[in-house]
Amino acid sequence: MDVVFFGGALFFLFIASLHYLLFLVYQNPVVPRVARYSLYLTLAAQTGFFIDRFIRGGVPLGTNMYESLMFFSWCIIIAYLLITTRYKVPVVGAFVIPISFILMAAAAFLPDKGIAELSPALKSYWLPIHVSLSFMGDALFAMAFGSGVMYLIQERQLKRKRPGAFYYRLPSLEILDAINYRALSIGFPLLTLGIITGSIWAQYAWGAYWSWDPKETWSLITWFIFAALLHTRLTIGWRGRKAAILVIIGFSAVLFTFFGVNLLLSGLHSYN
Amino acid sequence: MDILIVGLSHKTAPVEVREKISFAGDSLSEGLKALISCPHVSEALIVSTCNRVEIYSCIMKNSIDAAHEEIAAFLSQFHDVPRDQLDPHLYMMSGEEAVRHAFRVSSSLDSMMVGEPQILGQVKDAYNSATHEQVTGNILNRLLHKSFSVAKRIRTETRIATSAVSISFAAVELARKIFGDLAGKTIMLIGAGEMAELSARHLLANGVEHIMVANRTFEKAEALAEEFMGSAVPLEEIENHLDMADIVISSTGAPTTLIDRKMVQGVIRRRKHRPMFFIDIAVPRDIEPAVNQVENVYAYDIDDLEEVVKANIKTREKEAARAEEIVTQEVKQFHDWMLSRDVFPTIVTLKEWAEDVRRSELEKTMKRMEDLSEADRKRIEAMTEAILNKILHRPIVRIKRASHSPDGSKLLEAIREIFGLED
Repeated sequence: MDVVFFGGALFFLFIASLHYLLFLVYQNPVVPRVARYSLYLTLAAQTGFFIDRFIRGGVPLGTNMYESLMFFSWCIIIAYLLITTRYKVPVVGAFVIPISFILMAAAAFLPDKGIAELSPALKSYWLPIHVSLSFMGDALFAMAFGSGVMYLIQERQLKRKRPGAFYYRLPSLEILDAINYRALSIGFPLLTLGIITGSIWAQYAWGAYWSWDPKETWSLITWFIFAALLHTRLTIGWRGRKAAILVIIGFSAVLFTFFGVNLLLSGLHSYN
Repeated sequence: MDILIVGLSHKTAPVEVREKISFAGDSLSEGLKALISCPHVSEALIVSTCNRVEIYSCIMKNSIDAAHEEIAAFLSQFHDVPRDQLDPHLYMMSGEEAVRHAFRVSSSLDSMMVGEPQILGQVKDAYNSATHEQVTGNILNRLLHKSFSVAKRIRTETRIATSAVSISFAAVELARKIFGDLAGKTIMLIGAGEMAELSARHLLANGVEHIMVANRTFEKAEALAEEFMGSAVPLEEIENHLDMADIVISSTGAPTTLIDRKMVQGVIRRRKHRPMFFIDIAVPRDIEPAVNQVENVYAYDIDDLEEVVKANIKTREKEAARAEEIVTQEVKQFHDWMLSRDVFPTIVTLKEWAEDVRRSELEKTMKRMEDLSEADRKRIEAMTEAILNKILHRPIVRIKRASHSPDGSKLLEAIREIFGLED
């Protein structure tokens, strides 16, 4: 069953990404509608996958790279839908949903080890809490990243005074900056809670709140980047281009924490 | 039935001719009444704008020339313009060409400024006047409703009308790209050039709420501020008020720059880096070009705005090509509908005519053969029916097929011509 759910999710997410990208070129209002419904179907299939695994295995999400990628992808879609209920700019989807698709596609290349056997130390309710808080925070940073990239493109066009194709398609700087800030102001507390719940769980599982495991270190670095971003924004009003650049750096740190640490460095957080 | 459009536009007639034959107010309803009394015109509509006067009409097939003549004569008499002054400017379109023209006009593809939004409203008004006078029927109703939906489709599916093609609108559009919603924003108007004032007016109409006016002569600033319901600022003190302005429009006659980079750097810090948009319409310039390099500040001079307008016009032209494709699709559909309307009546009249021939010939023959038995009569009658059905079967099948073929209307016309069928 889970193979069917995975395949379905991958397929619909491909359709959704494709249509969001097409919307950059075609004005036709049917295009974003198709994209949105494909997103709903993707979510349904992904949710089906997790429920199926949970019922059969009894272990909640994110116990191996394969599942984590998929869960990350799920969170990004939720974050996108959450933010666009307030800011109705489907064009943002072109810069965010493909990230979600790439994560799913990466999962497709990984061997699915099936339902993982968790070491008894890790079996705890803190697992789903820690994992979902952290990934949801990361997903909102992905959203901020997408709007940051768009901001830089639009800003460049306005500064150069030569309207290119993107000038017409991208929303206003103010909206892009607002999305950036909103995603951050929800994402940052989630990341903070993710780190706190993680350290509580670590105390139960490994007997220490903090052990400078590479993942912990990199999460802290990420946390500091976003903290600096929020701080400069609120105190000296760093917004717009500087905020967009910092968000891009911050999201790169998120990706390194997720991929780099798991693939390059070994530590307590490594899967397998 | 066919659609005929007779008229002239900015493409064929100079304004002196257009103004002479335009319809306005009462003359429009009088004109419609006079038109519908023309013997060959069964439905009518007059579109009269400053760029075009067009008569849309529904006429019998094969009466195009007669109807054209009637309409041209009507225009000439109604406006008291001699035919030799009118005819060289008139164009005439019928059938598919007329449908295409109607769609293109409503979608603003035939306008002087492609994509301008007024024409659709003008055609709607023209249609309302015509329905008010009850001079439209099935065909024109359908044609006009379809024109409106085609125009709407083009508006949503292409960017034909989304980019500004005048300097003052380009300024509004840029402000929107920077600030999004303009509600609650403040502008500062420095100096009082006509173009600057126009831009300010457009911005106010688009949601900007507060305005400050600065001028070398303070009284002038006060007068203008009062007009806009804003506040006046002495020219020497603009620096102190600049941090409140989101948009600055400048057009003084000053020989040197009023606002330089250093000043703006200070202002933007006081604004906590909230973006600013400077529009410099003055020549020589009031705002130092280097202001554009300040973070979160966008400074455009008159040449920059003109470049934006040029780029927008190019985009519109590209989009117009896409719009034409949509028109072509829709014309095809409408044409199919028109044909299918003609197919059924053609079949019926063909059958009726044949049946008339059969009956009258049968009667003649029977009168001379009174000694036939009832059974033989029946047999002969059945034979004539069979002959008729066999002969008509093929043409009828082909007529039905005509409604799906591109040359369908020609085929229908040919059939009517060959058999001498009248509408």
